[in-house]
Amino acid sequence: MFAALLHIPDGFIDVPTSVIFMLLSTVGIAIALRGATGELDDKTAPLAGLTTVFIFAAQMINFPVAAGTSGHLLGGALAAILIGPYAATLSITIVLLLQALLFADGGLIASGLNVFNLALVGVWGSHLIFLIIRKIMPKRKNLIPVAGFIAALIQVPLAATSFVVQYAIGAEATIPVSTVFTAMVSTHLLIGIGEALITSFTLTAVLATRSDLVYGWKGIAPKLEIKKASS
Amino acid sequence: MREFLKNKFLRAGLVVSLLIAGVVSYYASSNPDGLEKVAEDKGFLDTAEESINAGTPLADYGINGLDNERLSVGLSGIIGVFVTLIVAFILFKTIARKGK
Repeated sequence: MFAALLHIPDGFIDVPTSVIFMLLSTVGIAIALRGATGELDDKTAPLAGLTTVFIFAAQMINFPVAAGTSGHLLGGALAAILIGPYAATLSITIVLLLQALLFADGGLIASGLNVFNLALVGVWGSHLIFLIIRKIMPKRKNLIPVAGFIAALIQVPLAATSFVVQYAIGAEATIPVSTVFTAMVSTHLLIGIGEALITSFTLTAVLATRSDLVYGWKGIAPKLEIKKASS
Repeated sequence: MREFLKNKFLRAGLVVSLLIAGVVSYYASSNPDGLEKVAEDKGFLDTAEESINAGTPLADYGINGLDNERLSVGLSGIIGVFVTLIVAFILFKTIARKGK
């Protein structure tokens, strides 16, 4: 029926619920537009552009997980660590809206549902987990991808749970919520492993070349000191 | 946008993204993703409605009318990369300027 269904299509969730989530997502985007001014400068704005492009490209690659199932990158954890949560919210939103408008991937009425799950719950959930892990871990550059791995791993079932909440509020189908919840979370735990691998691999590559641009590392990186030669 | 030509890191990132969307995308798994699989198994896939814009030229990551699957997917991916780059770059540059 559908060649590519990456995101929630129209019809799964009724129109009133979709409209409510469209409003919630709009509020989230408005807050992110304000917050991102504190995260971006002339040096990091191009990285935010590149992050968005990379996530669009990576989402085209469905990787096989269990029997007859595939998964793809959501990108919330990766974006939040690379460019900060506000800019990441905007980044994922751009990807989702372009996918819906240009490629008919994800319903137009359902776009608020998708933005809510991936750009708000995915990004901010990941960011929170990342902050907690970074706090308890030693402040070492090579541990940032490890924190990213865990944040990405949890992000996927978290976003899946957010869909189940939407399903519980406004599903057109009558399949019990508990059935959908169990299936969504167990499937997306597996997809989370793929998400975690791609996220930590990409973070490692960027940290190796331009760690000075990485939001999640910049704030805690030890400052270079210029020591005067003692006489 | 000149940064993406001049800066080595940005240029490399853009090339990697173009390769993923333009070449590797053809080899992506065609199995349903997590959500679609659950919808199919649990029996609510049939509540999905076709998108209003399902008949547009790039719908479902292909070029409408182009029969060569490899070219069709690859080109749609490359177009997607450039459109995403332009939209994201303009937005983030504007935000960065406002933050000053």
